[in-house]
Parts: sequence; C-alpha cells; structure tokens
Amino acid sequence: MKKVLMGDHAVSHAAMLSRVQVISAYPITPQTYVVEELAEACRDGRLKAKFVMVESEHSAMACIIGACAAGSRAFTATSSHGLALMHEMLHWASGARLPVVMANCNRALGPPWNILCDHSDSMSQRDTGWIQFYVESNQEALDTVIQAYRIAEKVLLPVMVNLDGFFLTHTAEVVDVPDQDQVDAYLPPFSLPYKLDVEDPHSFGAICLDDNFMALKHDMQAAMDLARDAALEADEAFAEIFGRKYGLLEPYRMDHADTVLVTNGTITGTAREVVDDLRRRGVSVGLLKVRMLRPFPFAPVRSLLGDRERIAVIDRSVSYGLAGGLACEIRSALYGHDHGRPRVFGYIAGLGGKDVVPSDIEEIVNRTLTYEQPPRDDIWIGAGT
Amino acid sequence: MNPTMDPAKELMSPGHLACAGCGAAPAMRWALEALGPRTIVVMPACCWSIICGPYPHSALRVPTFHTAFETGAVTAAGIRASLDMQGLQDINVMVWAGDGGTFDIGFQALSAAAERNDDIIFVCYDNEAYMNTGIQRSSATPAGAWTTTTPGGKIRPKKNLVEIMAAHRIPYAATASIAFPDDFISKMTKAKGIKGTRFFHVLATCPTGWRIPSSHTVKLARLAVYSRAFPLYEVEDGERYTITVHPRDLPLRDYLEPQGRFRGLTKDQIEGLQEEVDRTWNRLTRLAGWSS
Repeated sequence: MKKVLMGDHAVSHAAMLSRVQVISAYPITPQTYVVEELAEACRDGRLKAKFVMVESEHSAMACIIGACAAGSRAFTATSSHGLALMHEMLHWASGARLPVVMANCNRALGPPWNILCDHSDSMSQRDTGWIQFYVESNQEALDTVIQAYRIAEKVLLPVMVNLDGFFLTHTAEVVDVPDQDQVDAYLPPFSLPYKLDVEDPHSFGAICLDDNFMALKHDMQAAMDLARDAALEADEAFAEIFGRKYGLLEPYRMDHADTVLVTNGTITGTAREVVDDLRRRGVSVGLLKVRMLRPFPFAPVRSLLGDRERIAVIDRSVSYGLAGGLACEIRSALYGHDHGRPRVFGYIAGLGGKDVVPSDIEEIVNRTLTYEQPPRDDIWIGAGT
Repeated sequence: MNPTMDPAKELMSPGHLACAGCGAAPAMRWALEALGPRTIVVMPACCWSIICGPYPHSALRVPTFHTAFETGAVTAAGIRASLDMQGLQDINVMVWAGDGGTFDIGFQALSAAAERNDDIIFVCYDNEAYMNTGIQRSSATPAGAWTTTTPGGKIRPKKNLVEIMAAHRIPYAATASIAFPDDFISKMTKAKGIKGTRFFHVLATCPTGWRIPSSHTVKLARLAVYSRAFPLYEVEDGERYTITVHPRDLPLRDYLEPQGRFRGLTKDQIEGLQEEVDRTWNRLTRLAGWSS
C-alpha cells in the first residue's frame, strides 16, 4: 500500500514488517521518530515485541546483543554521538556473530554541536565488522532494512542501514509499504544455529588467547566475503516478490562515460539530475552510486571504473589527515590491478548538513575535467577555500 | 560446605581457574545451588571472566554469556526480554559482576535496569578493588585499604550500594557472605521466587589483594560479618530492612589486623574506622527496627 512516510517512519514500518521481537533504543535527533513509532506499535498491538527503554546507546546495543543471543530478532536505531558511544558494542555484536540490524540516521559529530547530516558517524565505524548500506530514498530505506535481516541471518553478521539525517529521516516521500504476508514469505521466522539455551548450555565469548582467536577473526572476514553474494541473493529474491531491486552499486548513465561521479546517500539523487543535464550538453559523464560500503564491492568497482579516465568521488565526511573515506576506498580498489589507471579526484562536501546543490556537483565535474592531476587528495567544496 | 549439596549435581565444576582461596568461587557455588540449572549467567569483565575457563572450556554447566565491562545489567535485560517473548519466564537471568562492573563502570546500566525493575538477579561479588588487573582501587575499596593506586591507603569510605539499590525501590536487595552459606542460599532461594530486579552484594575475600593467607578466606569473611564491617541483611521493596545474622561484639581491629592491606593504619585511624562502622551499624539497626 502506498503511504506518504518520512524516512524515520519508513524504517519503523520495516522493523514492524520484519517482525522484530526485541527493540532497545535511546533517543537522539534525528532518529527519534523511528523509536516513537515502534513504542506506539508495541503499545497498540500492531507489533508483538518488547521495547526496552535504556539509559544510553551503549546500553541499547548491549541490550539487543543479549536479546539476539537468547534467540530473538532484535532492532535498534541511532545517530551520530549515539553511534560513537556504541563503538565498543559494535565490535561485540559482530564478534559474537549476532545478526542484529540497526538503522543509523547519519548526522555530524560535535563539537561544535550540529544535528544535521553528514557521514562522519558511520564512516568512523567501518572497521567494526558490520555490513553497511547507504540509501538514497525512503523507499530504499524501508526495503533495505527488510533485506538486511535476510542478509544478516544468512552470514551471521550485523547490518547497519544508513540514511541521511533530515534529508531522508524528516522528509516525506511516497513509499510503497509491502504487505505483511509478502514480507513473511521473504523473511522466515528468526532462528540461530547457537543460542543461550538452558537445555543445551554453552559459553559465549569466553577468553581465548590461543590460535583460535585468529581463526575466529578469519571466519568473520570469510563471512564478509559471503555477504556480497548474500546481499545480491537478498536483492534478487526481493525483486521477485516486490518488483524493486538496488544492487550493491548502481551505475547510472555510465555508457561510454569518460568521467564518473561516485556518490552515496542522498547526494546521489541530486547528482542524477546534474548528470542528465550535463549529458544533454554533451559532457561525457556518468554516475556510480555506492549502496554497500561493507563488505566493499571491490570486483564490480574495478570492472565499472577501471577503464575510465577520471573519477570524482564525493565524500560527506573526512578522515582527518588523510582524505574522504569513500575516495580512499575507490583508490585502493583500483590500484594494482590489470586495468587502466583512472585519475581519482576526492571531494569533501556537505559536512554538518551543508546542502550539496546541483551547482556544487557541476563545479565538481568542471574541476575534475579542468585539473591535469588532482591538486590534493581531498578537495573541499563549500569550505570557503 | 552446605551438607545438602551433592557434588555430582553441582553446576560449577572443579576445573575452574580461580586463585587458591578465592572467595568468588564458593560465592558462585552457593548462588547456583539456589538457582538451579534453568539459569543463564551474564558475565561482564571481572575475575570470573578468567575463572570460568578459556574457550572451549567452561567451569559452569549453565549457559554463560560474556559481555563488556559496563553492560552486565542491560545485557541481562535484553536476554530477559528475549526469553519473555519466547514464553520462557521461568528461566533465571543472573548477572555475575565484580565491584568494578557494579559500583563503577557497570553502575549506569545497573541503575537503569533497577529503575525499569527488569526481571533479573544482579550479583556483585565484591573483592573491594580491581583485583584482576592487579589490585587498583574501586569505589568499593574501603577507607584505609592499600591498593596499587592508593599507596597511602584510601581516604574515602566505600559506597553503600545496597542502600542505593534500595532507593530504586526494587523488590529485593541483600548482602550475603561466603562464610554464611545457609544465609546466602536461603536469600537467593527467596529472591528466585520474586519478580523484578533483585540485587545481591556479596563480600568475596581476595587473598591476593587483601594480603592474607589463602587458607583464611572464610575466616576473614566471617570476621567481616561478626565485626559488623559487613552486616548481613536484606531490604524488601526498598523499605523493609531485616538483619539476618546477628553479629558478635568483635572490634573492627580483629578484622583489619590480619590483612596486609590495612598494615599501614595507625591506632587512631583504626579508631576512626571503628566509629564509622558503629555509625553505619546504628543506622542499620534503626532501619531494621532494632533501635529507635
């Protein structure tokens, strides 16, 4: 059924449709509507779940870790400082191989205080063993949360679905909300190979100072490798039932494009318009949306970008002292392989909710075409430089 | 040992890794004796993270979930919610935390769980310092005690955590001692039959950190109770105080002097600590209705 939903409510609808059994969360702007709706749904019976209202995000993550380990499908949502506070427990969830799902409403970190969108929160968590998606629309937010459970439960790794704060969370769009029985057909009831069970007692997470430790970590990396195929399978199966499909990456008008913009999140929607406009004016430019950041889709990135002349990556965060994280990953994917050697231009834009408007993206394309070589590894747009 | 216990049926096995004379080992035995096999143990970082044994071994015959230092209470809350969703209300969820994971880093999540009255049992086995990391002070370290980070002796007294927990109006909070297994087991058995947050503060002797011979574990635990340094009592619904073991009129000195960690105390300092113990005891007897 089509509804007009804010991104936050698209996420809470997805959690309900996924029949989550335990929710735990702590309020933070711009995540609050997600959990308010779920609290209401638990109260009025739309959702049969326990909602544990905790005193911090660190506790929210610990709570769903316990809930999942004891055999329930579990969910939380957070943002920014909340995600940063969870950092320790993000490692715990993935190390314990628990398929929990979290929506993160991308927001800048202070100081100075800022509640608006950028990606520094989730980009800071790339090494925690979580699968990460970045979505472009409220429809994609809803669909990706549902897909996330299927992927997580297949490979036993947690999934973080990132949606841009305010640009999606607080913006209403038409969203096709699937029927419950269709989602039930797509997502089987929750089950784990091992759980806390008094009939079959096991110890979880006990100290391990021998070679088993490294073997267990290698297993996590192997599960990440499997997650690419699991995500493709989840996307295909989703398309069969619901008629919508996203891919790990989405190429847009990349046919014969010498220059390719690389984006994630809502900047992608603006970039589509700019690419259409530039194509009309005869500029050979295409667009690649990176939907899945972890595991990083190395092979398709290489085959889609390896033979281009110039790549312009737009990052909504910065690794201080290095450059934009997405740009660094694109560079690392392209280096040392048997293909051409595109020049990769890394742009930093849209920090702390600063709008990235069509003229900014056009400027990025123009600069990319004008420079002989990148003047630096990070080129800032809109910082007054 | 409690004469009713059958070693063949005990839920804690002898292959554990506790130091000789560790008070936290019998504490676990008494707790599981009362709770039985339908119990899940949540273990934040503490000595017991080691005692339990390394992967793939475990000294416990009940499911055990190791979790981060500050998350004992809330991990248990998540497990509880999950079990309740599966109709498994009869399973006990017991947090087994040291004083650091209770008084200090674990306190925020514990206070929140108590405020929600989550249906869990939280046991703090208190050895009065960060013993696993090498005897650093915690807010449970008593005044006057030497630790590696209070080389001149701690100045401030320990928190009164049972009163803090009682102030949350939880249905049950109690102290317990490894030297009084009958009292320990009967309190845990009573707690098992109550719904909501149940809190236990157990004094767990630590020969390594207290600087005592490992053969004196139970003796020191007994002296703590008899000298009123660690009175045994319970608080129901945050207001009904009951003293469960009558102390003897032993001076605090008898408890302090055998311990190397109190070796630096002067006679005047011991008198000061005695006054503090008397004040706390008088307050407790008033709350329990023994005096007015």
